[in-house]
Amino acid sequence: MTHIDPHSDDRLGAGLSTNPETGVVPPLSATGWLRWLWRQLTSMRTALLLLFLLALAAVPGSVFPQQGVNPIKVSTWVAAHPGIGPFMQRMGVFDVYASPWFASVYLLLFISLIGCVVPRMRLHWRAATSAPPAAPRNLSRMQNFTSLESQEEPQKVLDTAKARLKGARWKVIDGTDASGSWISAEKGYLRETGNLIFHLSLILILVAVAVGGLFGWKGNVIVKTGNGFSDTLTQYDVWGGGRFVNPAHLPPFSFTLADFQVQFDRAVSDRGSPQLFRATVNYRTDPRAPLQTSIVQVNEPLSVDGAKVYLVGHGYAPHFIIKDAHGHQIYNDAVVTLPQDGNFTSTGVIKLPDASPQLGFDVVFYPTWIPTSITSAFPAPDNPAVYLDVWRGDTGMNSGVPQSVYTLDKSHMVLLGRHPSLIPGQTWTLPKGAGTITFAGWQRWASFQIAYDPGKNIALAAAVIALLGLMSSLFVRRRRIWVKALAGPQGTTVEVAGLNRVEGADMAADVEYVVHHLSPDAPGTDVTKRNS
Amino acid sequence: MTPQQLAQASNGAIYASMITLAIAMVFFAASFAVGRRRAVPVTAAVVTESAGGTAVLTRTDPPNAGDPGRRSANIGMSLTWLGMIFLAAGVALRGVWAGRVPWGDMYEFSITAALGILVVFLLVSLRQDIRWLGLFIVIPVLLTLGMAVTVLYTESAQLVPALKSYWLLIHVTAAIISSGAFTLAAAVSAVALFRGRAERKADGGPVTGLAARFPDQLRLQTMANRIIAFTFPLWTFAIIAGAIWAENAWGRYWGWDPKETWAFITWVIFACYLHARSTVGWRGNRASWIAIIGFSAFLVNYFVINVFAASLHSYSGL
Ligand code: HEM
Repeated sequence: MTHIDPHSDDRLGAGLSTNPETGVVPPLSATGWLRWLWRQLTSMRTALLLLFLLALAAVPGSVFPQQGVNPIKVSTWVAAHPGIGPFMQRMGVFDVYASPWFASVYLLLFISLIGCVVPRMRLHWRAATSAPPAAPRNLSRMQNFTSLESQEEPQKVLDTAKARLKGARWKVIDGTDASGSWISAEKGYLRETGNLIFHLSLILILVAVAVGGLFGWKGNVIVKTGNGFSDTLTQYDVWGGGRFVNPAHLPPFSFTLADFQVQFDRAVSDRGSPQLFRATVNYRTDPRAPLQTSIVQVNEPLSVDGAKVYLVGHGYAPHFIIKDAHGHQIYNDAVVTLPQDGNFTSTGVIKLPDASPQLGFDVVFYPTWIPTSITSAFPAPDNPAVYLDVWRGDTGMNSGVPQSVYTLDKSHMVLLGRHPSLIPGQTWTLPKGAGTITFAGWQRWASFQIAYDPGKNIALAAAVIALLGLMSSLFVRRRRIWVKALAGPQGTTVEVAGLNRVEGADMAADVEYVVHHLSPDAPGTDVTKRNS
Repeated sequence: MTPQQLAQASNGAIYASMITLAIAMVFFAASFAVGRRRAVPVTAAVVTESAGGTAVLTRTDPPNAGDPGRRSANIGMSLTWLGMIFLAAGVALRGVWAGRVPWGDMYEFSITAALGILVVFLLVSLRQDIRWLGLFIVIPVLLTLGMAVTVLYTESAQLVPALKSYWLLIHVTAAIISSGAFTLAAAVSAVALFRGRAERKADGGPVTGLAARFPDQLRLQTMANRIIAFTFPLWTFAIIAGAIWAENAWGRYWGWDPKETWAFITWVIFACYLHARSTVGWRGNRASWIAIIGFSAFLVNYFVINVFAASLHSYSGL
């Protein structure tokens, strides 16, 4: 992209990235070989290749389910492909962005980047602190060239040009050669500076991601309205933290979900699409702190104690009262059901391992039940009803094997009976004298993601710096201007030439700027341009 | 106007735009067909050295300004302006109807992106003669609109709460302008490849046939490069804005969601392009191919991922 002037001495990046030597056969000595290898790695062609590989390596993560995003889908996929599945799992196909091969691509790329940027920093420092090169002998060969006559003394002309260029923040030197006095000016160092800053801040982004990964944590929790949560590991449904996080020392905040409002669109065209989710939480930053109230909505998380609480989902929790054969109450709680479709047909289970015999229920909650259908017709609770299956036998809860709270292991249970549509307030007398179940009502639950990422501000700052560097790298033009003044019989002949080192860019405007200040009344100067 | 009338007006304006652009397409195509057999001299800038050592530049455009092909291309340009105005009206009316920015689902995103492509093309055409590009712009725009009105059409929906954010406005605006500019860059790169082949075939002689209607390859490559140099920072910005929005909505700024992954892939491929432009042996045809591949990644993100992948970004309305 750099347009290199064959007369120039400080070829930008010469001997580095685009060095033709890199293709040369390696010398035989060990250090020579190492040096050759290093050159290969830091060559522009390798950077290109690694960037390509990076793009390619990212693809499978969007094709196959990913452990970090949806672990259930991963196990389903592996189970459905017993031949290739486990092998792919070992190869990291379901955890691409944490896999060794993905890491090796980006780590190589960043090593190459450092190897590339550090020498360029040195070169650029030298270029930026040293004087621009002397004016070439023949200015008319330059990309843009014009000449004019002036009645001023040559030195006066050059002084004016120099002052003007300095005023416009050009770096200017002057000198004399056989053909006369000249000044040489250069500008646009910010191009390379920006480029270097851009590449360096990419490293900073990587560091920020690493900080987040090592010191950050993230968990998910479902909270029913009226219930509370306190930030300890045991309260989370899912929790994951970096290597340097001590789960015993999470920030000690707590909150209760005081209220949760949901509205769905009732217009015919977008029936059922969500319009509003709004959670009202009462929270304390630590057990002794005063109680505060805040609203949590999508796009409006609550910041507390360095962590952020995001509203990520919601659903219904039907409330049941269960009594055993003797009329003793053995259960009185709201059970969280997970929505299965856009109309919130939701499923959940109740397990009663302490009942004798043990009981289990499959629960389907329909917010808007329609007798003729087995799914809900609308996501709002217009006509709530539950479908129930009751099972008897061994829930497996006492076997020590961990179970999901949303599935019932029926391998050692028998179906006692089912009820297609219990409505609030109704009681169903279970078959075989197993007791009764009352559908007492329902409440809502909200799910929260609680995250702490100490790297994210660094990442944001690095990204903004990268963007600024990138813009200056792509928009600033590194360019040179020369002015020569020769005393002649009719006055002074002034030559102005410009060279732009950016491909396709033109110097006419800069040359015109100088000409304009040297002879403001010059009739429409005609700056010529060579096709470079 | 009642909502019903607004909806009809929006759809009507979009159909009007499609008809206008279809006619523009015919004129652009005709501009290549008529006078096609006329050989045009190689169009490089010729520098003549005059006695005083002053370089004199001759125009780089083929000297065929008055021919019927030009006239036909001019009509095509005028119709494209008209089509853009209709489309802008259609998009705006859709926004009025929905009572929000018109990019809440894939239909709206498509019509807005099509508008973005036209606006970028027409703005560039104010500064440079790119009439020869018209056909390659109008065709993707028509395809996008055709797809929008047939497959993607949905009744105007409310924004789901995750999309109610001013970061949406910023993120999507940047993405839409980028989509227009990437389309332009890919079209120019494709033409550059085509023209380059003809130049090699002509082997230094005059380029004949269809390829003679285009600027020389070097100029096309420079142009694609400039467009990408402008778009890459914008796309970078779109990704950053998206990450900020994601952080606000989902609690992480980057989660390798399929949509994010493909935005990243697109970004990396265009970074490849910028590198290729300063790598020996990669500046020419290979760079053009990379630009086309980058644009393809952009398309994958838009069509394949939006429709098929289970993504948090599922706002396709399908
Ligand atoms: C994370 C990987 C990298 C990314 C995303 C990246 C991206 C970019 C981008 C977008 C540009 C064009 C904008 C600008 O000039 O600043 C660029 C230019 C450049 N990159 Fe990289 N780069 C990466 C790694 C490297 C590596 C490893 C090298 C060294 C071999 C390198 C050397 C260069 C050079 C020399 C230029 C300037 C080319 C010119 O003169 O225009 N980059 N890079």
